[in-house]
Amino acid sequence: MSSTGFNSRNGTGQTYANGPSQNPGMGFNIGSQAPYSPMPTKGPVAPGAGLYNSGPYQPGPPAGPYQPGPPAGAYQPGPPAGAFQPGPQAGPYQPAAPVSSYHPPPGQPPLTRPPMGGPPPTLTPPQSSSPAPRMPHAQATPPPPAAMSHNYYPNQPPQQSPSPAWQYGAAAPPAAAPHGAMRAPPSGPVGNHVGPMNPAATLLPPQPSPSSSAGYAPTPLAPVPHSTAPGSGPGPVPLHGYTQPGNASTPPPMAPHPYQPASAPYGALPTGHAMPPMGPPPMGNATPPPPKAEGPSAGNGHQAPYAFNHLENKMAGAPQSGPPGRHLGHYPSLPPGYNNTPASQGAAPPMHPPMQTAPSQYPPQPQLYQQPPGGPGLAQMSSSLASLSLQGNTPEALRVVNLLQERNLLPAGPIPAPTPPLPQDLQKVNCNPEVFRCTLSSIPQTQSLLNKAKLPLGLLLHPFKDLSVTLQLPVVTSSTIVRCRSCRTYINPFVSFLDQRRWKCNLCFRVNDVPEEFMYNPISRSYGEPQKRPEVQNATIEFIAPSEYMLRPPQPAVYLFVLDVSHNAVETGYLNVVCQSLLDNISALPGDTRTKVGFITFDSTIHFYNLQEGLSQPQMLIVSDIEEIFLPTPDSLLVNLNECKELVQDLLKSLPHIFEKTMETQSALGPALQAAFKLLSPTGGRVSVFQTQLPSMGVGALKSREDPNQRASAKDIQHLAPATDFYKKLALDCSGQQVAVDLFLLSAQYCDLASLGCISRYSAGSVYYYPSYHHQHNPAQVERFEKDLKRYLTRKIGFEAVMRIRCTKGLSIHTFHGNFFVRSTDLLSLPNVNPDAGFAVQMSIEENLVDMQVVSFQAALLYTSSKGERRIRVHTLCLPVVNSLTDVFAGADVQAVTGLLASMAVDRSVSASLGDARDAMTNAAIDSLASYRHAALTIQQPGLLAPACLRLFPLYVLALLKQKAFRTGTSTRLDDRVFSMCQLKFQPLVYAMLMIHPTLYRVDDLSDQGALNISERTIPQPRELQLSVEKLCREGAFLMDAGSVMHLWVGRSCNPSFLTQVLGVPDYAALPQNMYQLPELETAESQRTRAFIGWLREQRPFYPSLHIIRDDSPQKGDFMQNMIEDRTESALSYYEFLLHMQQQISK
Amino acid sequence: MEAAVFIVSLVDCCALIFLSVYFIITLSDLECDYINARACCSKLNKWVIPELIGQTLTTVMMMVSMHWFILILNLPVAAWDLYRTCRGWPHRAWAEKPGLQGAELRHLRYVKVPLGNMGVFDPTEIHNRGQLKSHMKEAMIKLGFHLLCFFIYLYSMILALIND
Repeated sequence: MSSTGFNSRNGTGQTYANGPSQNPGMGFNIGSQAPYSPMPTKGPVAPGAGLYNSGPYQPGPPAGPYQPGPPAGAYQPGPPAGAFQPGPQAGPYQPAAPVSSYHPPPGQPPLTRPPMGGPPPTLTPPQSSSPAPRMPHAQATPPPPAAMSHNYYPNQPPQQSPSPAWQYGAAAPPAAAPHGAMRAPPSGPVGNHVGPMNPAATLLPPQPSPSSSAGYAPTPLAPVPHSTAPGSGPGPVPLHGYTQPGNASTPPPMAPHPYQPASAPYGALPTGHAMPPMGPPPMGNATPPPPKAEGPSAGNGHQAPYAFNHLENKMAGAPQSGPPGRHLGHYPSLPPGYNNTPASQGAAPPMHPPMQTAPSQYPPQPQLYQQPPGGPGLAQMSSSLASLSLQGNTPEALRVVNLLQERNLLPAGPIPAPTPPLPQDLQKVNCNPEVFRCTLSSIPQTQSLLNKAKLPLGLLLHPFKDLSVTLQLPVVTSSTIVRCRSCRTYINPFVSFLDQRRWKCNLCFRVNDVPEEFMYNPISRSYGEPQKRPEVQNATIEFIAPSEYMLRPPQPAVYLFVLDVSHNAVETGYLNVVCQSLLDNISALPGDTRTKVGFITFDSTIHFYNLQEGLSQPQMLIVSDIEEIFLPTPDSLLVNLNECKELVQDLLKSLPHIFEKTMETQSALGPALQAAFKLLSPTGGRVSVFQTQLPSMGVGALKSREDPNQRASAKDIQHLAPATDFYKKLALDCSGQQVAVDLFLLSAQYCDLASLGCISRYSAGSVYYYPSYHHQHNPAQVERFEKDLKRYLTRKIGFEAVMRIRCTKGLSIHTFHGNFFVRSTDLLSLPNVNPDAGFAVQMSIEENLVDMQVVSFQAALLYTSSKGERRIRVHTLCLPVVNSLTDVFAGADVQAVTGLLASMAVDRSVSASLGDARDAMTNAAIDSLASYRHAALTIQQPGLLAPACLRLFPLYVLALLKQKAFRTGTSTRLDDRVFSMCQLKFQPLVYAMLMIHPTLYRVDDLSDQGALNISERTIPQPRELQLSVEKLCREGAFLMDAGSVMHLWVGRSCNPSFLTQVLGVPDYAALPQNMYQLPELETAESQRTRAFIGWLREQRPFYPSLHIIRDDSPQKGDFMQNMIEDRTESALSYYEFLLHMQQQISK
Repeated sequence: MEAAVFIVSLVDCCALIFLSVYFIITLSDLECDYINARACCSKLNKWVIPELIGQTLTTVMMMVSMHWFILILNLPVAAWDLYRTCRGWPHRAWAEKPGLQGAELRHLRYVKVPLGNMGVFDPTEIHNRGQLKSHMKEAMIKLGFHLLCFFIYLYSMILALIND
């Protein structure tokens, strides 16, 4: 009744509608996913799938994010989607595509999506049937030769069937015939493994869209599960009975359309065709030689009862693009361990011309080689994929990978979060992994089980993410917000309704009454169906809070700018940029009619600006008593922006000139901050501090602690902790008064970020750092600064916020990471919250979670919007509880684990030492794999074994060890190091991962094959390459995306057409040393390259600058230091690191 | 004389008992969310030095009056208090002197001083890594220890008075 305004835009109603129509493919996943209630789900699967996708998140066209009302339109849901993919699939997901990061809850890769759904279905039907017949183990085993394949072998028969699926993906039409043939012969599987993959791989690499398909590609993995499934049937079956034949059947319906499009491109490729025939023979060869691997595979089959990780599989599939054979070819130089299958290597090189190989080199996944039994059977592969996902018997995540032998572990596309094995109806509504994810997507039942797994348990959140772009956010206006009476949990999709009138809290299990007004559903205008309310249909929802959620009237938006105007600051020329940027964006500052702004400048004195209405020009008031700071005219320093806009603009125009000639070199930052605090404490708000040097006067003055000679020290790094507690105390004072301080540090010298950063860290601000900023000498920094400022000034902001993270009884949060102050046990005080802030928490299991099938986590963020509304954004995540170590490993989310580990290591570096932190990270990788080997593997075999879901873990840990924050032995400025640490702690996971492990693409041969289509732009999708110099070649140009910076490295004998068409220079010699932009040429190559780079940039809120680097330019070092798989003077190569791990494990 | 020493110790011990109880109450308030971290820590930090003084006083008195057993009992606690106070002491300019390098610095690091902390109880850290629990445990152990001491002093005092 009371709940009048239900603005759940698409929210409930539309979403669902879309759902079914969307991707049948999804259903597929679902089938597999629903571990618990397999049978019931099946029938509905196909439709379910649709729902799944569309789920809560995909609002479809109408996505009106935040505003309840009409706003939706703004988001452009509709059109973009269409643009995206021509295919039927496009539907809801498309919009998401632009923001690749956003995956729908089900865990499917966003981009990949469409293709996936499509392909699996078509193939599956036949396939599924085939798997059923599965081969006898005996047969399978004998062939086992290839190390990789082992797992599969036992199941072989099924594999073959899967292989067809692949073909589909790759080049459906041509392949199909062959694989039928392939399949027939039982033996096929063995030889085939490699073969099929190759063709696919070759084809795919160049294309973007394929990548999406690639996402699916993981499907190759799928085959695995598939095969296993059959195996499981006969053998020891999984606990939950995941493998259901029924499921297999379901998939077929969905498949058809989506895949087709993808396949088409591949088919086109000539190489692809060639490959198929070739594939089989090489495969056979390859496999036989390495007999070792097999053992493990068998083990896996048993172990992995579930196939939850479809995603994972998909990922694997992604690799398609890279022909397996190819890499092998490259590999010869590698240590012997790396050559998976010598035979295949031999085969591969001949097949592909060297040129081609370079780009595609990466055989994305090891699986590829192994699995695809029938070279010809591309089609088989695809089918297998489908079947895999459906059956889900063998969790792809648990496939044993021998890291020493499988070199090419990177998937072609983005790595999706694992999908927890939840019943389909729960997973359908689960929170989006981009917003809320857990390091272990299956929660261990007891602390001792968790200890055995040696993986950190924690949550990573991005609660204030801009949701409007990809997802719709239902907004509910209600006079009563239904919450649990004992634990205050908000009602969410995972509560259970005992009957119409009572619901049971999923966190504390208390039974609560359903209030009368909750019985009425404003969307359907029906009564008596509380389960249909949007609160119970969406895991992410926003409430407009009534007055009991306010301690005081909502504050206005208040912005205070504190600018350093000392000689040093003026010299850098930043003042012009800030003032110009403010002038440009002054009307775009989030706020309403009450918005206030103020300015303070400082050098050795503090300058205030009286902007009161009625003055003809701004009046500068100088306070030189910095020991005892006071406000000269407290009332007129902060003024209403709308009323005094002209004065503010006058000030901004004159500010850069006032200090042009200043000779004052001192900086009294501390007193300026105190003044800012005094000014804002009555209202709260945001302080933006621009600082260019070490504070040298008054309270908070600092001394330089950095010894340049120690920068490259391999010993422990000193001075990572603050030198004084002044900034920390002030930050806590600010936090208490709802003031947040954002710090922009633009400096060439040491500024002691470790001390200054505290001011932002504890007041929930953000830190921006522009080393060596100069308006003339460093145009790339200037560009980045401008773009960052624009985003900073115009992004959404929440004031006087608090966030509480609750979890089911038995779990407890013991450590928090991010920028905020922990006010009480689970309450984070966030004076400001911004959409670019990420948080992480670590948890422990205090009471055994017996008798629980699922646990839930809820993050509730209460904030005041810039329009003065009090709002609560609630995210709820539900995860299954498991009681076996195998299942715990199967649910590990390697990216989340890495992200959390990085945060923990930052803490450790500060509280203990950097060396400790490095050891701890290495040990984390060693311990978890050792534990996996000893406890989860039934069959011991030589090599460094990891479950597929953790196969990237050693690589990521090595990447962390070589990250600026933690590296030793390489010259690193202290501020750079500390800033890197800050970023690891407060960036959302997606961006932090780019920092940790940059992505490398070859861009001189971009093509439209497999490209994405976003609002009429074509975005090529090159393959992601491994970070190793061996992937570079002189003839190419490579783009490295490291999050906040992109390097475009141009080889010495780079393709002349790339030089002229894209870089606009006649030859390599004409390429300037400092180039930060691509010229806007009208050529297709240039457009493609710019579209790709632009697309990468659009996916993150900050602006990565582009550096074009010649092979002989001084900046080459920046590029090369990210080649983390290679050996450096002071650090191990990836292979050496693996050997080190193996040594430690076998001790 | 002997009786006087024990009477003073007894009074001192009572004070320490009250202090321990106060620590426990305040920390449990924080645990139950009745008080925020900032207030809790500033309350507790005020009493860290008095506690150290009280503990040192007894220890010194026992040393002077040559009660070795009680001294041995008290020494570890006094040492711990001293260590903790040094570690958490906010204004450790001496640890940051530019002259301190190499061996000297390493020696100081042995005392592991997380720089920039706001005292033994740091509001920004107290909710992390189970610090609250360990503080609580420490306060409980001290309470037990002081109670034990209380009876020892009482007994010794009575004995001393009788002997006099």
